[in-house]
Amino acid sequence: MTIKGKAYIAGIYEHPTRNAEGKTVPQLHAEVAKGALEDAGLTKDDIDAYYCAGDVPGMGGINQAEYMGLNLRQIDSTETGGSSYVLHVNHAAQAIATGHCKVALITLAGRPRADAKDQIRVRPGGGAPAEYGFEGPFRPTVTNMYGMAAMRHMHEFGTTSEQLAWVKVAASHHAQYNEHAVLRDVVTVEDVVNSPIIADPLHRLDCCVVSDGGGAIIVVAPEIAKQLKRPGVRVLGAGEAPKHLNGGKVDLTFSGARWSGPDAFAEAGVTPADIKYASIYDSFTITVVETLEDLGFCAKGEGGKFVSDGNLISGVGKLPFNTDGGGLCNNHPSDRGGITKVIEAVRQLRGEAHSKVQVPNCDIALAHGTGGLLGSRMGSGTLIMERGDA
Amino acid sequence: MSEKPNSKPQVRAPRVNHETKPFWDATAEGKLLVKKCNDCGENHFYPRSLCPFCFSDNTEFLECSGKGVIYTYSVTRRTKEPWAIAYVTLEEGPTMMTNLINCDFDNLSIGQAVEVAFVDTGEGTALPFFQPA
Ligand SMILES: [Zn+2]
Repeated sequence: MTIKGKAYIAGIYEHPTRNAEGKTVPQLHAEVAKGALEDAGLTKDDIDAYYCAGDVPGMGGINQAEYMGLNLRQIDSTETGGSSYVLHVNHAAQAIATGHCKVALITLAGRPRADAKDQIRVRPGGGAPAEYGFEGPFRPTVTNMYGMAAMRHMHEFGTTSEQLAWVKVAASHHAQYNEHAVLRDVVTVEDVVNSPIIADPLHRLDCCVVSDGGGAIIVVAPEIAKQLKRPGVRVLGAGEAPKHLNGGKVDLTFSGARWSGPDAFAEAGVTPADIKYASIYDSFTITVVETLEDLGFCAKGEGGKFVSDGNLISGVGKLPFNTDGGGLCNNHPSDRGGITKVIEAVRQLRGEAHSKVQVPNCDIALAHGTGGLLGSRMGSGTLIMERGDA
Repeated sequence: MSEKPNSKPQVRAPRVNHETKPFWDATAEGKLLVKKCNDCGENHFYPRSLCPFCFSDNTEFLECSGKGVIYTYSVTRRTKEPWAIAYVTLEEGPTMMTNLINCDFDNLSIGQAVEVAFVDTGEGTALPFFQPA
């Protein structure tokens, strides 16, 4: 049993806002759903499955399904942080392949900027995890947890701040063409390493943006895809894996991509050499370096060299990545970047990326999500897609 | 070694539950414990009732030497009072999260020898920080 060729991505939509004052979170979810349906040429009543994660208010996706007036045969609120939406494509494809639904909607939305201004902050809840007392008192933050992974990677492999900076430089080269991007100025390696250190060794420009907004994806069965007018994008394979601290046998030099990547490549029947474009989760520059190694685009420890000298810039390097500007420059809605990773990969496969960053003959693309913390526990999801009509 | 006043720790009492109470009780006596599995022989951290390696429930607390080396660290600098979060690999095997204190934040290194330095929380527990050995 495989999802290969059994499901198609028929609709995508990225909310143009980056500051959602005056809008509610359920409203943002509904707006992106509507956008993706219009893109696909489908209507709300075609949806029979809904996938969402912890950014949606309420009990799983039920409250949001009510808001949007959805009648469903399947609902899934798998929560692995920013990678959730990559996993959702996999789960939707599985449900379609086994006949449990035909048109699946995936949404992400949030408003951390507007919330900070309004002084409201609602976070997905749950009881205190078992490790809490052993970590909370030491004040882990998102940045110092990624910082510790970067410090160790530098120690073991000689990775430098300048090499990490190249990831941001490449993202900025792409973001200059995206009118919606939060940061559109092209930056240099010097700009990155001269920006203030937030937590060793990560500078302000090693970090992604904070932005409001969201996105949506529609995954459909082949017989539905056949009736639609948009260029087809076929799901080839997917993999997913959590990674954690393993009882104290800690290794921060790799991510869950070490496991999710090979599963996805095996199911798709392709290798990293076949990938023409890659959306790589870029919460921080180090996230990209470790992920590229783990996915097999280069050997472990060679990621710093691999990303240098513009190798990730479309039209310049060997592996064009995050041509929308990524989380580092464009958008990281609700502090979660997984859905925009899939969306830009679909744009590339359709030939609908900005002409300055469109990869010629882009027939196979990869999208990878990393949710949670590279420095402790994370959810990883890898998705491989190809251009092609049903 | 130059001492910096800003390397003094901020003390937040941990949440304690039935599984972790022996660990936290021991901290008040200046003892650092990990959990040892009597079936597979592996030590683990944070302490659990069931061994995360073989799922045996035949586990017991083991008192550590308190010595270890820095596996990695990161100084949070864009703040009024910077602090150094770290993972320290204990002589007994497991790697644990901590803060590095009584040290110069600009002269830390991965692989550096450190030792536990308990700081009382005022609530019957002490936090296992580490300092240069
Ligand atoms: Zn055991």
